[in-house]
Amino acid sequence: MKQLTILSGKGGTGKTTLTASLAVLARNAVFADCDVDAPDLHMLLHPEVIKTQEFKGSKLAVIDKTKCDNCGVCREKCRFDAITDAIEVDPVACEGCGVCAAICPSDAITMIERVSGYAYISKTKYGFMAHALLSPGESNSGKLVTLVRQNARILSEKENSDLIIIDGPPGIGCPVIASVSGVDVSLVVTEPTMSGIHDLQRALQLIKHFNVTPLVCVNMYDINKDNTDKILGFCEENSIKVVGRIPFNPKVTEAMVNGKTIVEYSPESDVAKEIENIWKRCKDSL
Amino acid sequence: MIVAVASGKGGTGKTSVAVNMALSVGNDQLLDCDVEEPNAHLLLNPNVHRTEPVYVLVPHINEELCYHCGECAKFCQYNALFVSPDKNLFFPELCHSCGGCTLACPRQAITEEKRRIGALKFGAVGDLKLVYGELDVGEIMAVPLIRAVKNQIQDNTNVIIDAPVGTSCPVIETVRESDFCLLVTEPTPFGLHDLKITVEVLRKMSIPFGVVVNRAGIGDNKVYQYCEEENIPILMEIPYQRKIAELYSRGVPFSLEMPEWKAKFQALYSEIKRLVEE
Repeated sequence: MKQLTILSGKGGTGKTTLTASLAVLARNAVFADCDVDAPDLHMLLHPEVIKTQEFKGSKLAVIDKTKCDNCGVCREKCRFDAITDAIEVDPVACEGCGVCAAICPSDAITMIERVSGYAYISKTKYGFMAHALLSPGESNSGKLVTLVRQNARILSEKENSDLIIIDGPPGIGCPVIASVSGVDVSLVVTEPTMSGIHDLQRALQLIKHFNVTPLVCVNMYDINKDNTDKILGFCEENSIKVVGRIPFNPKVTEAMVNGKTIVEYSPESDVAKEIENIWKRCKDSL
Repeated sequence: MIVAVASGKGGTGKTSVAVNMALSVGNDQLLDCDVEEPNAHLLLNPNVHRTEPVYVLVPHINEELCYHCGECAKFCQYNALFVSPDKNLFFPELCHSCGGCTLACPRQAITEEKRRIGALKFGAVGDLKLVYGELDVGEIMAVPLIRAVKNQIQDNTNVIIDAPVGTSCPVIETVRESDFCLLVTEPTPFGLHDLKITVEVLRKMSIPFGVVVNRAGIGDNKVYQYCEEENIPILMEIPYQRKIAELYSRGVPFSLEMPEWKAKFQALYSEIKRLVEE
């Protein structure tokens, strides 16, 4: 079983649009939406949830005000500024480390498990899907990504599928690392803008760092052909395979508004045709 | 006043709005807290005059004092320490720098040492001061670096913060203690879905906010319906125009080439000020 992660570095370059189309084109694959703080893949694949799991990613400090004598030691020792002047816990800032509970001279603080989100196993028209939703203001998205990937692996073994397609989050930090570590190939979707190029380079460094085979695709390549040439040149110099160039087409947004992937909404469009080519080239690299 | 510019969905134009507003307002400081992929400097081409490394504290175990009782590993909520009878393993990328292990050790065998996670960069364009953080590639913890960027906030300045994308810890750390949060979205189903999640986060944090609709004209009108139902003010609309997209692709803030926008961004900032003072 192989794993393919779609990344971008910069957000909004078309990761999810492309992932959903690849999910439609792939036969016998399992999909994982690892953008757990703002997942969008379900809006195109319309999963039907079969199983919901609570995600307990961390703990939360709770102060028993009847025991607390307001000495403020907890506030002083907390490295996350999670204890207010009134000696109350700010749940958004608390990272659940337990230092306050350990040092409280009155034993007024306990650590409780907090539910930070939910993981889902779902069925779509195109195959099974693992996804999740981090609750608003919760942390530990990296751990939740790991849970989603675990679920995807279990699904793929059960279903005898040969590929997991992972929609990754933007950036290069914790949840991205959790989405890319240990996969076979990572396809970076970029756009021909200064930010697109900058973020592509950082994403590629990260992929290299984790010994994953990189592929690149330029979305909306015709907005700025000079920048597209720069990206192609950069990839050639660094021996990175470019699997496609997708033109700008308002039909892509139209498809999204209709809750459909572009390969289904407008299969004859230049975008859909290019995505089919991209899929073929990705398969070759896998 | 501190105004954060955020967006649940990536690529909606956060950085563009933050930079154009910063260029239009004057006496201001722009902080780019998207330390994973900082982009504001690409639109501003600042003269970077100083770079400062940023460190986090991680444990250092003095093997001579340690007798492998395992209390530190038991305490660590992040599984960053592993202790066996003959060996200690430390996984720095999992450490949150809480300092708990040093407290848990009964023999004071653990001290803390510095580990680099990235750098702060200081630049200027005219009277606009830019500070941005750049996370070292392969590092996990964006939050301490974001804190370091925010420590540079100057008093009596118009502070504009470009937030990272999403709604999880880096975003929360960025928008914390802001007076106002400007949410940039686009009128598409993805834009609306991610806007709703961000709105929930801000309501939970009790930070006042308003919306900028970018690429107005594409997609549908559901973002407008949602904002009306929820009483969320739409403070600006930026139409989808090829010229704006092209300028962005070349790294040019569009208000410089389309000067009518300078007044619009000034008006936007005044409106935010009015909402904050209300």
